Amino acid sequence: MIPVGLPHFLVLSAILLVLGIFTMLTRKNAIAVLMGIELILNAANINFVAFTRYGAINFGGQMAAMFVIVIAACEAAVALAIVLNLYRRSQTINVNEANKLHD
Amino acid sequence: MDQLLLLALVALGLPLLSFVLVIFNQRALDQRAHLISIPAVAFSFGLSLYIAWLKLQTGAAALGPYEWSIDWIRFGIIPGFGPLTIPASVLIDNITAIMMVVVTGISVLVHVFSIGYMRSDERYARYYAFLGIFTFAMLGLVLSSNLFMLYGAWELVGFSSWALIAHWYERPAPQYAANKAFITNRIGDAVLFTGILLLDGEFHTFNLREIFGLVGQGLPITFSLLGFSPETTLTIAGLLLFGGAIAKSAQFPLHVWLPDAMEGPTPISALIHAATMVAAGVYLMARIFPILTADAMLVVACTGAFTSVLAATIALTQTDIKRVLAYSTVSQLGLMMMAIGAGAVSAGIFHLVTHAAFKACLFLGAGSVIHAVHRAQHETNDHEWDAQDIRTLGGLRKKMPLTAYSFVVATLAVTGLPFLAGMMSKDEILSGTLAYGELQGGIAMALPVIGFIVTILTAAYMWRLTFLTFFGPPARRTLYDRIRESPLVMTAPLLLLAAASLWIWYSINPFNPETGRFLTKWVKTTVQVIPPQTAPPFRTGLNVTPHSEPFGFAIAPSATSVLESPMPHQLALSEKSRSLTPLSMWLALGSAVTGLLLALWLYLLRSKRTPSKPRSRTLGILHEIVFRGYYIDSVYNFAVVGTVLLSSRIVAWADEAVIDGVVNATARMTVILSRILGYFDRFVVDGIVTFAGAAMQFLGLMIRSLQSGRIQTYLAWVVASVIAIFIVIRYVVLALP
Repeated sequence: MIPVGLPHFLVLSAILLVLGIFTMLTRKNAIAVLMGIELILNAANINFVAFTRYGAINFGGQMAAMFVIVIAACEAAVALAIVLNLYRRSQTINVNEANKLHD
Repeated sequence: MDQLLLLALVALGLPLLSFVLVIFNQRALDQRAHLISIPAVAFSFGLSLYIAWLKLQTGAAALGPYEWSIDWIRFGIIPGFGPLTIPASVLIDNITAIMMVVVTGISVLVHVFSIGYMRSDERYARYYAFLGIFTFAMLGLVLSSNLFMLYGAWELVGFSSWALIAHWYERPAPQYAANKAFITNRIGDAVLFTGILLLDGEFHTFNLREIFGLVGQGLPITFSLLGFSPETTLTIAGLLLFGGAIAKSAQFPLHVWLPDAMEGPTPISALIHAATMVAAGVYLMARIFPILTADAMLVVACTGAFTSVLAATIALTQTDIKRVLAYSTVSQLGLMMMAIGAGAVSAGIFHLVTHAAFKACLFLGAGSVIHAVHRAQHETNDHEWDAQDIRTLGGLRKKMPLTAYSFVVATLAVTGLPFLAGMMSKDEILSGTLAYGELQGGIAMALPVIGFIVTILTAAYMWRLTFLTFFGPPARRTLYDRIRESPLVMTAPLLLLAAASLWIWYSINPFNPETGRFLTKWVKTTVQVIPPQTAPPFRTGLNVTPHSEPFGFAIAPSATSVLESPMPHQLALSEKSRSLTPLSMWLALGSAVTGLLLALWLYLLRSKRTPSKPRSRTLGILHEIVFRGYYIDSVYNFAVVGTVLLSSRIVAWADEAVIDGVVNATARMTVILSRILGYFDRFVVDGIVTFAGAAMQFLGLMIRSLQSGRIQTYLAWVVASVIAIFIVIRYVVLALP
């Protein structure tokens, strides 16, 4: 049995990150894109926490993770408000059609 | 201003004034043009007579040769040459005074004669205008004392003769004749001008007397052309000046224009042949005689002799009344040239003067005949015959006695029979030539022989002409009946000229010209100023007694000592000539009578009329050759005109092939080069610009496609960029040394 160490956490984090990026780039649904962002943020959180557990940073990592969670909550609130507004304007939340930034 | 000068300038200016007045009022004057021209020229004649009286009566000692000069053109200082100033100068000496009388006198009579001859000509006024300028040109020629001004007048004489010969310019023949006369003369003029420039280049003066003075002092060492010795250079200069005289006085190689000049109105022929144009050449040779070297003189004499006998034989075969006279003039001019070449200048001038009278008479007589025949032809409507052909004439003596007898008198004069001026002047020439031949020996002995042969020929052709025209039975009866004597305006000049051909004006004793004033006082042999080594090498040791005042040129003060007396050879010649006069007179008389009898037998007694070709075959061919003027014209046409045409064709070809080829090739090269440059411009220069533009456009397109406005595309770019930055940092920045 291999003891669980830092590399496992980093690999998990990397997998989560790639999945998050993949989700964010490929899904048409704006909510799904936001969910991809959550995955990326959580991959970062895992890294922070893992570095705290196996490194010598003394809770810095946990604190950073806490901040990230708070910021993620805020970001979700703002992004959802944008998505709602988008839906109200154009009756869709398909990000392919939401190319208003172009103009 | 001196009285003499004033008179001369007025005499010179009047014909010019007549020209100006008439030429600008042609339409208004029309048939009244002579009312202006004749008084002007007549007054000029009067003044000339007065000048001659003043000059000759008071004698050279009293007045001396009169020279007056102003600076005409100043060229400033020419580098390598020195100051060049061309003066306008007038020289009045005995020869000038005599020539002025001759020129204006003949001119007045021609003017008067033309009233009748040119009546109802459509360019009557133009004709009179050009008569005026012709007289003016000739007067200017005899009055000028420097070669440059003389050359100007010389050219003006050529121009006026051209204008007058071409009077009937609608017809091709006068055009051709005028152009031929002009071009032939231009050849001589070019040679003459070369000679003048040579003298000016060496002596730095155009003035004749200064040149004589410089030559008389002994030739400067610098006087040499292309390294020739001074003597040779002087010979060349003399021959170049003679070249001008050859053309003007119709001497051998350039005599061809004079017979053709008969296409002009007949009074013009009289003026050209007697007093103006052809006299100019003889006059020039007499003028420049002092600087002629022995070699140059020999050339002049031989040319004159050859021309004389050549023209006399041609005259013997001609059938056109005016052409006979034309060749006669050429022949007589040859005699004058021969005299000058032999050193008997005064004889040459004497013959020039007497010849002017009787040749003018002959030409005006011919004009009178032509006029009468034309009128008769007009009345009978018979234009089949040439009015100037002596074969159509005959017996005119009874119809137009005044014309006929003045013509006969003039013929007697030209033949050289006693009691006429022609005999005296011709005998002077012959005795001078004989003396020259005896003193010189060798080839020079041929000259007097030729002289006597010419005398026989002259008598023969002149009496042939006279007999066929005025004696014997008429050839065309219908025409003959209609012929009437010409009006008084035409016959009066004839009678005056016939009277002027009598001996009495020149000498009391018809057999000895030395008894008159003409030769002894007025025109004495010009002094030659040539240094002894170039003078004719006469082998005689005559006792030399210095003569007093020689005629003509007063000598530049600096050269007085050299020129006070004639050169020994000059005296030897004149002594010898005087001693030979009786001999030559008998010989000449014999020759003239021989010729006269020959003509009498051939054309009046032997048969009724045989002016046409002889029957014998050999003689026929010979006749044809002589009749065609020895084919000299044809040779010129072939050699000169042909060569000119051929060379122009070659030049034209060269122009087309070579010069045009080069130009065209250059043009083509330019086009090709431009096209290359065009391509370069379009593809390289423009290409860079276009490429820059296109690249920018492409880049813009690329960058625009980044800004799709889609959030996911942006995110993809962010991810790609992060990966790129990572790679750059990891493999580039950290890999740097």
